[in-house]
Amino acid sequence: MEKLDVVVVGGGLGGLASAYCLAKEGIQVLVLERGDHPGSKNVTGGRIYLRPLFRYLPDLWDEAPLERLVTKEVITMMGDDSSTTLQFTSKKFRESPPHSYTILRSRFDRWLGEQVMERGGFVVPQRRVTDLLKEDGRVVGVVSEGEEIPSDMVIIADGALSLMAEKGSLRGPLPPRHAAVGLKEVIRLSPEVIEERFGLKSGEGVAHLFFGSITQGAFGGGFLYTNRDTISLGLVVGIESYLKTQPSSEVHQLLEKFKEKEEVAHLIKGGELMEYSAHLIPEGGNRPLPKPYGDGIVAVGDAAGFALNMGITVRGMEFALASGCMAAQAVKRAKEKGDFSVSTLSYYESLLKESFVFKDHETFRDSLEVLENPRSVCFYPQLLCRVLEELFWIGEEPRGKVSSTVWKGIKEGFLNTAGLDDLWKFRRI
Amino acid sequence: MDPDSKLALDAFKNDEEPHISIRQEICKGCAQKYCLYICPGGLYSINEETGELLNEYTGCLECSSCRVSCPYGALEWNYPRGGFGVQYRYG
Ligand SMILES: Cc1cc2nc3c(=O)[nH]c(=O)nc-3n(C[C@H](O)[C@H](O)[C@H](O)COP(=O)(O)OP(=O)(O)OC[C@H]3O[C@@H](n4cnc5c(N)ncnc54)[C@H](O)[C@@H]3O)c2cc1C
Repeated sequence: MEKLDVVVVGGGLGGLASAYCLAKEGIQVLVLERGDHPGSKNVTGGRIYLRPLFRYLPDLWDEAPLERLVTKEVITMMGDDSSTTLQFTSKKFRESPPHSYTILRSRFDRWLGEQVMERGGFVVPQRRVTDLLKEDGRVVGVVSEGEEIPSDMVIIADGALSLMAEKGSLRGPLPPRHAAVGLKEVIRLSPEVIEERFGLKSGEGVAHLFFGSITQGAFGGGFLYTNRDTISLGLVVGIESYLKTQPSSEVHQLLEKFKEKEEVAHLIKGGELMEYSAHLIPEGGNRPLPKPYGDGIVAVGDAAGFALNMGITVRGMEFALASGCMAAQAVKRAKEKGDFSVSTLSYYESLLKESFVFKDHETFRDSLEVLENPRSVCFYPQLLCRVLEELFWIGEEPRGKVSSTVWKGIKEGFLNTAGLDDLWKFRRI
Repeated sequence: MDPDSKLALDAFKNDEEPHISIRQEICKGCAQKYCLYICPGGLYSINEETGELLNEYTGCLECSSCRVSCPYGALEWNYPRGGFGVQYRYG
């Protein structure tokens, strides 16, 4: 086969963004995607924040198939039989340019694939890449089901598991401490019901996060996002953290119990389950690959570990899209120089370091220890619920002072070695 | 709702070749059996008679949690061939 300029492994956000940028520059690019179409294997929560992306992909958003503009943020802290909910809304969420939308990936990625094709890139579905072609330690193409496809550059965008990052020796197998699993249901409700039930204006949406006893001590949390005529409901659970709790039930039962909770059940009532999905999330310890490139190869998105899993929120889509664009810039420069070695490709690293992708990861680099602390996911939400329960409860006995109830809670929560230690570590978030 | 009924709602195109194979000799000596707890489809089970680990690869959502959580690398785990496996309509 004739040698191509660039082969991209994986038609998710990272791969398609890099192909989009390369195709716009007139560089020959072939995306190989194992699913029936881009997006058919991809799962997100999810919401996407657009503002960090305008400088990388300025002209993409007017036509993009996004779901609802998020104007309402809700957080629920769950105790065993009680819960505390905080709701926030602001006019700022309606300002232009738009802040954040909910999104369904099967639709969005498919559309993005079409945009790549319209700009002259090739997106070939139903093609699984099985190996990398190597010559003297350099990557010189890919192998897809026995067929060799030589190229100057390979961009690996094959997601969180990234078997290609292993094959390209960018990292070893993903350890369970650095991976979470996301379970999700898409539930159909009419737009009218969604808007009435969640108190939303037409076209607007809510992002509702849950944490506390629902993950039974494991690192993670629940999410609910409203789409046009569906709801995305799911759970994210740290794999090692969950297995360490010596679980008595299978992970999918956590999702069932979560759905049965009163706080959730009334929100999905009458809805029809349309799809059940699951996907890996790179927890990364929030540490991306130190060097997401090698001779002839660069890694983008989840494959490079660019995802911030904060338990209740996961951010990865902006990182995937932006890192894809930066990889394209670096590949363009390498092509101009005719040099695809590490020394030219280190430009990718410089671009990343100047961007929100590296800076955001740097900010949260030591957060895993705090987040996977069982006290953060179980004890504190429960404590808060207990204090509030005492405040709101008037029983047969005369009640104590508000201040002493609160003080008792503070003493129990923080004025002891474990609490003070947690407070000290909390600086890392 | 049990995972089987949920998986029945998904679109699958199943290959005849399983994409996961189990190295039984390793699993025999494994006390943890994390795969039984971590699979979102509940697709792992133990054959009561032979004690062998069983996997129903046809309902696999391809999340790879079993591969990641196995401490002994007992699973030969690959993505299904191009065009096979689960095909999400929403994602
Ligand atoms: C439950 C859940 C909730 C989340 N919530 C959010 C959220 O609200 N906001 C947010 O920003 N992020 C969220 N994330 C993270 C976000 O979804 C990811 O960071 C993002 O999808 C990464 O994009 P990507 O392009 O790097 O990888 P992916 O989207 O995984 O794309 C990888 C692509 O490569 C293809 N592929 C893999 N291997 C091969 C191969 N060998 N040959 C050919 N093709 C291959 C796959 O089929 C796929 O199309 C969430 C993730 C999950 C699972």
